[in-house]
Amino acid sequence: MGAGALFVAVFLACAVEAVEATTIVLAAGAARDWRSAASGMAGALAFLAIVVAALGPAVSALPLRGLRLVVGALLLVFGLQWLRKAILRASGHKALHDEDKIFAEQVAAAAGQPRRPNRLVPDWYGFALSFKGVLLEGLEVVFIVLTFGANAHDVALAAVAAACAVAVVAAAGAAVRTPLRRVPENAMKFVVGIMLTAFGTFWGAEGAGAHWPGSDAALLALVPGIALFALAMVALLRAGPVTAVAEEP
Amino acid sequence: MAKRIQAFAAFWYDFLIGDDWLVAAGVAVSLGLTYWVSQTAVPAWWLMPVFLLLILPVSLWRGTRRG
Repeated sequence: MGAGALFVAVFLACAVEAVEATTIVLAAGAARDWRSAASGMAGALAFLAIVVAALGPAVSALPLRGLRLVVGALLLVFGLQWLRKAILRASGHKALHDEDKIFAEQVAAAAGQPRRPNRLVPDWYGFALSFKGVLLEGLEVVFIVLTFGANAHDVALAAVAAACAVAVVAAAGAAVRTPLRRVPENAMKFVVGIMLTAFGTFWGAEGAGAHWPGSDAALLALVPGIALFALAMVALLRAGPVTAVAEEP
Repeated sequence: MAKRIQAFAAFWYDFLIGDDWLVAAGVAVSLGLTYWVSQTAVPAWWLMPVFLLLILPVSLWRGTRRG
């Protein structure tokens, strides 16, 4: 896996998660207190950075075959779940991810809570809401950084790609202070689902003892092959009766 | 305390298994099958792509039925 491909894969996957985390932080800031929301976000990012720094070398030290089996299996489960949701959304069988709606719900929920200041932050609820949102969305970022980085023997580059994605999305969020509705989140999730599924299939099979024809070049067939299959599924589902269901968290 | 343990377990179930447990179970079975075939003289690389061709439509069909 080349450095460019590693960077793009991690950047895209992390940008999607960062958009969701940014919506929660913006809701905490708008409904409660900006300083508390920013403190919560900073605290969660610091915690996640420590997790990457602590687990990165440990994961990299694992035997490659065992690592690829475990990582491949997890990436495949993640990738197929993302791809499944993306196909259902693209075909109209599941409501599109709507950051405006999520933002409004978060603001309404946060506004109803009493204000509880403490010595560290002006509003404890705003801090906790922001910290929890960034931490939960960030765990997937950490997983992607460690799995892609360890398999490509470059956790540092994967961490830089993730940091760039978070910085770009956070800067955009701070600039507009509204949900990032113009980010093509559903399309990005479709692409990321394809990439996670392709890499999970490749590494999982290798870890289980299979040898791909053409070695790494097999990915050049896997990625477009899975993309075409996913698009065919969208077309097939669109042709059938459509009942959009409620957005899942 | 029981509620917290339940919430913790629910978080990890959602994180690792997700919306459709069949996908996670299918991944485990197909990787096991790939390992088993790789121990023989038969090439094993094709098993995972075949698994994808089977599991994704089935999981999507289950997803549409939930609506």
